[in-house]
Amino acid sequence: MSVRGTQVGGTLLVAIAIAAATAPLVAPHDPGQQFVDYVYAPPMRPHLVDDDGQWHWPFIYPLRLVSRLDHAFEEDRSRRIPLVWFSAGTLVNAHDPQTPWLLCGADALGRDIFARVLRGARLSLAISVMAAAGALLLGALVGATAGFHGGRADDFLMSIADFVLVLPVIYVVVVLRASMPLVLSTTKVFWSMTAVMSLAGWPYVARGVRSVVVAERRREYAEAAQAIGAGGLRILLRHLLPAAGGFLTVQATLLVPVFILAEATLSFAGLGFAEPTPSWGVMLHEASRAPILAEAPWLLTPAFAIILTVLALNLAASPAYGATIETVIADK
Amino acid sequence: MYSGFVRFVVRRTAFAAALVLVVSSASLVLAHYAPPEDAFGTERAVLARERHRLGYDQPLLQQYTHWLTRSLQLDFGESLRFRRPVAALVRERVGNTALLGISGLLLATLIGIPLGVFTGSRRGGVLVSAARLVSIVLLSFPPLVTSLVLLLVAARTGWLPAGGLPLIPPDAGALESAAIIARYLFLPSLALALPVAASIERLQSQSLREALADPCIIAALGRGVPYRRVIWRHALRLSLKPVIAIYGITIGAVLSGSFVVEIVMSWQGLGDLMFQALQARDLYLIAGCAATGSAGLAAGILLSDLALVAVDPRVEELG
Repeated sequence: MSVRGTQVGGTLLVAIAIAAATAPLVAPHDPGQQFVDYVYAPPMRPHLVDDDGQWHWPFIYPLRLVSRLDHAFEEDRSRRIPLVWFSAGTLVNAHDPQTPWLLCGADALGRDIFARVLRGARLSLAISVMAAAGALLLGALVGATAGFHGGRADDFLMSIADFVLVLPVIYVVVVLRASMPLVLSTTKVFWSMTAVMSLAGWPYVARGVRSVVVAERRREYAEAAQAIGAGGLRILLRHLLPAAGGFLTVQATLLVPVFILAEATLSFAGLGFAEPTPSWGVMLHEASRAPILAEAPWLLTPAFAIILTVLALNLAASPAYGATIETVIADK
Repeated sequence: MYSGFVRFVVRRTAFAAALVLVVSSASLVLAHYAPPEDAFGTERAVLARERHRLGYDQPLLQQYTHWLTRSLQLDFGESLRFRRPVAALVRERVGNTALLGISGLLLATLIGIPLGVFTGSRRGGVLVSAARLVSIVLLSFPPLVTSLVLLLVAARTGWLPAGGLPLIPPDAGALESAAIIARYLFLPSLALALPVAASIERLQSQSLREALADPCIIAALGRGVPYRRVIWRHALRLSLKPVIAIYGITIGAVLSGSFVVEIVMSWQGLGDLMFQALQARDLYLIAGCAATGSAGLAAGILLSDLALVAVDPRVEELG
């Protein structure tokens, strides 16, 4: 399972990344565009067979608004709208200017949820990858310093790391973010969230890098480098840190899901991105009222996107997963 | 031997005390430097007056020593947002979070450990692969998503209440009120427990597999002890150490999860209170919540350390 799992996970990840990168081309609509007659419209799934049992190329039935008050819609089965590839500047779109194609339904403002989820993937993935990179950099720096110097510096740095390690990640992130101004521009939110998450994530990395460096510096090649007069920094950067490369890769696949969730949680709670910025957490906030959710379950599409992305990362990292927990514990 | 154990307990208790002090102090300091605003639209003049009344405009050092000396006398100050003593507010909420967290952890243990023993003790088969796949999938279900999905199920079917605290009628008997609490508690604690159960299952499975390769297990099997008995009596105990060691970390994950679950399922606990306090820049309430939360965390870590010593007495030597 593990090898196949890794391949499935990796493929999924690449697909998600491509979809996120080319979001404006893949999504049939702009994420901000409001279709006023389509508030809480249900998903319009593509059909292949019509009511007479005849096969066609993929097509959709247009929606008819039955009651504006109850947001009730029904499919107009009398008219087929074919889906056309590479039309209207997007990958695939409905061949009818009057009817928007809402693959995953519409939200409270009649916006295309599919387009918003795709656009949100950019933010979520960008933030979590940047934050993971920050945490890896900071953690590798601290871990390498601690492992290389040993002694009191090691004790000091590692006790800080242990300290942060036991704290609940979400609380660390929320408290740090809440100490900044509550309302910020989207760019500032992006960078402050990245910084906050890096600060919460580095100890996991530092612990592992430290134990790798401690183990490697006693090996012959490191001693040989020292014997021929290589400086400390050179030994560290050229010889010891590359040995931690495998660990860092695994750690990245473990940190990114945590940060995807942290972004969603912060935005969900109102401390991250805000409307109208499409982010998974912002969208889930709308789904958190039970009566609305019962009427429009497709509001949970971003939850599905989160699960899919995290699952892809977990599958890709699955053989290494147990091993990492083991090292963290063995090291403690 | 005995003194080693005492020293171990003293060291770990000192760590617990330091955790509470540092966490509450750090959150007070961070909140002190946060811009003076709130997310609830309070008028600026009112806010400034209240902040002055509670001494928020004092210099940090003065405010901090003031807070610390009063806290040592068990006076945790007054809340800016609720205009009530922090201690009373925290006391109302802490039970709810403890109930949610403990039942979530219990549920996760009851699902995770037997399932891990099951998948770890068998070579293969459809059931084992299925259980393993389910775990990997559940690992990807964060409490935020799970609680929203369960909220949808509850709202659609009406089988279980969709969030909120249980209201117990005053004439209800002990059994009846326990049943009501259990009904309300089930969904939030399930949302909290599922990903934790999955990670316990993975670890237990792997650890049991390693334990089965231990010479003493092979010897027991060689003497003809039945396989089932070897697993549950001998291998399980050998394999518990890494699983118990992760409980210290897991308590943090449960607290993280309960923050979200409390907000989604409107379960009025400490996480929800802390969140409101942060949004209102309610200094003493923030510090009070942080102190209570970290005390719970420290107690949990201490308990898991003690359990670790019970399973493997060698641990206390390492301290």
